Amino acid sequence: MTSIFAAILLGIGVLFNLFGCIGLVRLPDVYNRLQSATKCVTLGTCSILLSVLIYYGFNSIGVKALIAIPLLFFSATVAAHALARGSYQFGIRLGEKTVVDHYKDRKTLEEGGKNEISEDKRDQGSTGIPVHTGIHK
Amino acid sequence: MKKLAYIIIGFGLWMIFTFKLSWENIIVGILVSTITVFLFGKYFVQDLSKLLEPKRYYWFIVYLFVFIWECIKANFDVAYRVLHPDLPIKPGIVKTRTTLKTDVAKTTLANSITMTPGTITMDIINDDIYIHWIYVRSTDPNEYGERIVGKFEKYIKKIFE
Repeated sequence: MTSIFAAILLGIGVLFNLFGCIGLVRLPDVYNRLQSATKCVTLGTCSILLSVLIYYGFNSIGVKALIAIPLLFFSATVAAHALARGSYQFGIRLGEKTVVDHYKDRKTLEEGGKNEISEDKRDQGSTGIPVHTGIHK
Repeated sequence: MKKLAYIIIGFGLWMIFTFKLSWENIIVGILVSTITVFLFGKYFVQDLSKLLEPKRYYWFIVYLFVFIWECIKANFDVAYRVLHPDLPIKPGIVKTRTTLKTDVAKTTLANSITMTPGTITMDIINDDIYIHWIYVRSTDPNEYGERIVGKFEKYIKKIFE
């Protein structure tokens, strides 16, 4: 009985991972691809780990799988935020379907000395390398 | 006193990870947790008195169920948008405000927003949160602020402040 339940959870996890990969191919720009890569893949992997816990019971293997779930949550969210902010600061533009962009006219921190590329340097490329301007033309 | 509490937390984590009750394992765990706390102890939570109130744990469990429900809803939402033939997306970056003060609460709020349907936290500057949204339903700040931030903010305020 428990092995059947574990197999069902494993199937759900693999299916959601497949949906995340389809989203990586179909969606138009970096930020939307990041959405699918964060959410679908996280729930799929969590479901696979839960199936491992149900199959083995509370041994050393199952408890390690249970601990891996919160660690995966924290690492996935922090990685998504770092990738989105880094690609925006580098100069990759949003796609053609974009409706609003409030991040363009943000105020930088006066104190703390935020280390970011200024506007005039971003046009030339800070090291002489031509700036990447999006994939879809 | 603070360092002793950190050592006990780290030792508990070590025992769960190794999952073996023997004298050698216990001695090595105490050594490793002590060294780790003396190297990285200044980066942990600053106010330990909040860890001893049972009301916060009750609200944390309630918040965990709300969060898991939102996470499952988010996955079905994104899967529907990916598999639909017309690709129904309307992406954009919106700005909203938060009233939380401490760093731990802000970090928890940002991580929760990243896991809810179609939103990723891009940056926090002072009290403004910039959010990338895959389907912008409205451009009225009060309406979408309540939709994104409001349902988590009241729980997090009860847990961390």
